[in-house]
Amino acid sequence: MATVTFDHATRVYPGTERPAVDQLNLHIEDGEFLVLVGPSGCGKSTSLRMLAGLEDVNGGRILIGDRDVTDVQPKDRDIAMVFQNYALYPHMSVADNMGFALKIAGTPKAEIRQRVEEAAKILDLTEYLDRKPKALSGGQRQRVAMGRAIVRQPQVFLMDEPLSNLDAKLRVQTRTQIASLQRRLGVTTVYVTHDQTEALTMGDRIAVLKGGVLQQVGTPREMYDAPANVFVAGFIGSPAMNIGTFDVKEGAALVGNAQIPLERSMVAGLTDADAGKVTVGFRPESLDVVPSGTPGSFQVQVNIVEELGSDAYVYGSLQSDLGTGELSAGDSDQVIVRINPRDVPMKGDIINVAIKAGHEHVFSASSGNRLG
Amino acid sequence: MSAGGLTQGPQVVLPEPAVDAGRGTRAGRLSGRAARAKRRLSNPWASGIAIVLGILWTIPTIGLFITSFRPESDIRRSGWWTVFGNLFTGENQFSLENYQTALYGSSTNLVQYFVNSIVITLPSVIIPITVALLAAYAFAWIDFPGRNWLFVAVFALQIVPIQVTMIPLLTAYVDVGIAGSFWTVWLSHSIFALPLAIFLLHNFMKDIPSSLVEAARVDGAGHVTIFFRVVMPLLVPAIAAFGIFQFLWVWNDLLVALVFAGGTPDVAPLTVRVAEMSGSRGGDWHILSAGAFISIIVPLVVFVALQRYFVRGLLAGSVKG
Repeated sequence: MATVTFDHATRVYPGTERPAVDQLNLHIEDGEFLVLVGPSGCGKSTSLRMLAGLEDVNGGRILIGDRDVTDVQPKDRDIAMVFQNYALYPHMSVADNMGFALKIAGTPKAEIRQRVEEAAKILDLTEYLDRKPKALSGGQRQRVAMGRAIVRQPQVFLMDEPLSNLDAKLRVQTRTQIASLQRRLGVTTVYVTHDQTEALTMGDRIAVLKGGVLQQVGTPREMYDAPANVFVAGFIGSPAMNIGTFDVKEGAALVGNAQIPLERSMVAGLTDADAGKVTVGFRPESLDVVPSGTPGSFQVQVNIVEELGSDAYVYGSLQSDLGTGELSAGDSDQVIVRINPRDVPMKGDIINVAIKAGHEHVFSASSGNRLG
Repeated sequence: MSAGGLTQGPQVVLPEPAVDAGRGTRAGRLSGRAARAKRRLSNPWASGIAIVLGILWTIPTIGLFITSFRPESDIRRSGWWTVFGNLFTGENQFSLENYQTALYGSSTNLVQYFVNSIVITLPSVIIPITVALLAAYAFAWIDFPGRNWLFVAVFALQIVPIQVTMIPLLTAYVDVGIAGSFWTVWLSHSIFALPLAIFLLHNFMKDIPSSLVEAARVDGAGHVTIFFRVVMPLLVPAIAAFGIFQFLWVWNDLLVALVFAGGTPDVAPLTVRVAEMSGSRGGDWHILSAGAFISIIVPLVVFVALQRYFVRGLLAGSVKG
C-alpha cells in the first residue's frame, strides 16, 4: 500500500517537439482508485507506462510512497499491471501465469500454490487453473490478467484499458467487479480508460487529460457539477453537455431569443480577448420544457427523439430570430434536451425550453476556463 | 552425384496446417480464408500437375533406392526398372550386401565418415543457433544506440559470397594453427549461417507482442529470465525450422568441408567420401548407390522427427485482437 505522486513528470518521445505528457502533477492517496481519462492520444497511457517504468521520464519525478522510482527498473517498483490485450504467457497454464512473478521472486512453491488458489477463488477461476490461455474465453482471460496482478500483492495496481476488449454487457459486469474488488483489497489503483462512463462509475477520483496536459482532477461529482473548462465539460457526461458561444448584452448571455443572466463576477471576468462573447454550457437534464412565451426560454426544433424507457432525449436545433445560434453537444451539432418519456413531442415540433436556475456553466470564450 | 539433390524429395513434405474449428471472429475469418485456399488448391488441374511433378521428382531416388539392393552383376546387366517386369517371374535378387560393403568394406569404410559427418554437423547447428538467439534478442528487445544500423550491416553480410571468403578464412585458420581440424568446419559453418539466422530469429522475436515482454518486466523478470522463460518457449517452432534448415545444409555440404577440413579420412564427412566414390569409382554403382542412401537416412530422420515442432498458433490465447 502506498501513495503515488507525479511531480512535474514529463515525457517527450524522441523526434517529437511536443511532450506526450507535459508537467504532470498528480497525487494519489493510499488505497485510492484514480481513473485517468481522455481522448486517444492524450497521454493517459503514457503516464501509466511512466509509472510502470516502461517509458523513460524526461523531466520531473515519480514517487511511490516516499521512494523516488523515476530511474528504477519496472521489476523493482513493486507494481502489477493489467494490459489492454492481457499479455498472458501463452505457453504457461493459468496457474503458472498467475504465479510467474512469485516464482521469479523465489517464493516457496507451497506459498505460490496457496496464493494462486486464493486469487483464483476470488476471480472464480479455480476450475481453469490447469488450462492454457488459448482455451479460455475473453472474459476469463481478462480475469486471469487480473489474477496475475492480485497474486503479487503489489503496492500499486496499474490497469491499461482492461475492459476495452470485452463485449458491452460483459464490460458493465466486469466494471462493477473490478471496482468492488479494489475496494475489498484496498490497493492503490491507477486505471486508464477512454470511456468517461467507466471513469465516472469506477473512480474515487478522475483525472482528465488532453494533449498531454492535466485538465482537472476531482471526484466524479465535482467533475460533473463543476467542470474546470470547456473540454472537461464536453467530455464528462453522457449524453454530452450542450455548449455554445453567445454574445453578452447588458450582463446577460443571448441564447436564441432568451437572455441568460450572468453573475456580476462572471461579467467582470470577461477580457478584451473574449470580444463580448461568453461560452455557456448546460446539461440535457438542466432544461425544462415550458409553455411558449415564458421569460428566459428559447425554442428548439425537434429533429429526433431518442427514447430509452426511463428517459427520452430530444435532439434538435436552436431556433433564433438572430439566425441559428452556434450550440452543439459532443460530436453532434444539435441541442440535446431530456424530456418526460411519457410526453414526447413529434418530429418537426417546436418546443420551448428554459435552463433551470443556476444550472448553467459559464466559460471564458477565449481561454475556455470556467468563470465564477 | 551429391546427396544434396536426393534430399529434395522429403523436403517438400510439409505438415498439414491444423484447421482450428472457428473460435471467435478471427479464427472464423482464418478458417474462411483456409476454406477458400483449399478450394483453389483442390483444383483438379493443380492436383494433377502436383502429382506429375512429385512422381518426376521421386523417380531418380526410387531408381537409386532399388539399385542399392541389387547384386552387382544385375546392376551391370540390366536397368533398375526391369525389376518391375521380373516381379512375377521371381528372377529378382535383393540383398543388403552393397550396404555391408559400403559401410565396412576396407576401401570405402563409410562408418568412419558417418561419424565425422555427425561430429561436424551437431556443433555447426548448435553454435550458430545459440549465438543468433542471443543476438536476435538484443536486436529485438534491447534498445542500444546504433541498433538499426548494426542490424542492417549484419544482414548485409549475407551478400558476401562464400567463395570470396575462402582464401582469407583459410589463411586465418592456418595462422591460428587450427587448419585441418574440425574447428575450421564448425567455425566456417557458423560464420556463414549467422546473418540469416539472426535475421530470421529476430523477425520471429519481433512477432512476439511487446506487451508480453513488458508484462514479464513488470512481473519482475530481467533480460535473462525473459529470454529463457518467455521468449525461448515461444520460439521453439522457429528454432526447429532453422535447425532443420541448417542441419540439412551442413549435412549435405561438400564445398566447405572439402576446402577447410581437406579430404583426410579423420575429418572428412560422408559427402566428401561419396563424391570421391563417384569420381574414383565411377564403375562401382552398387557401392555408390548404397553410400548415397546411407547419407540420406539421417536428414530424413531429423526432418520427420522435428516436423511436429512446426506447430501453428503457438501464440494463440496470449493477447486479444
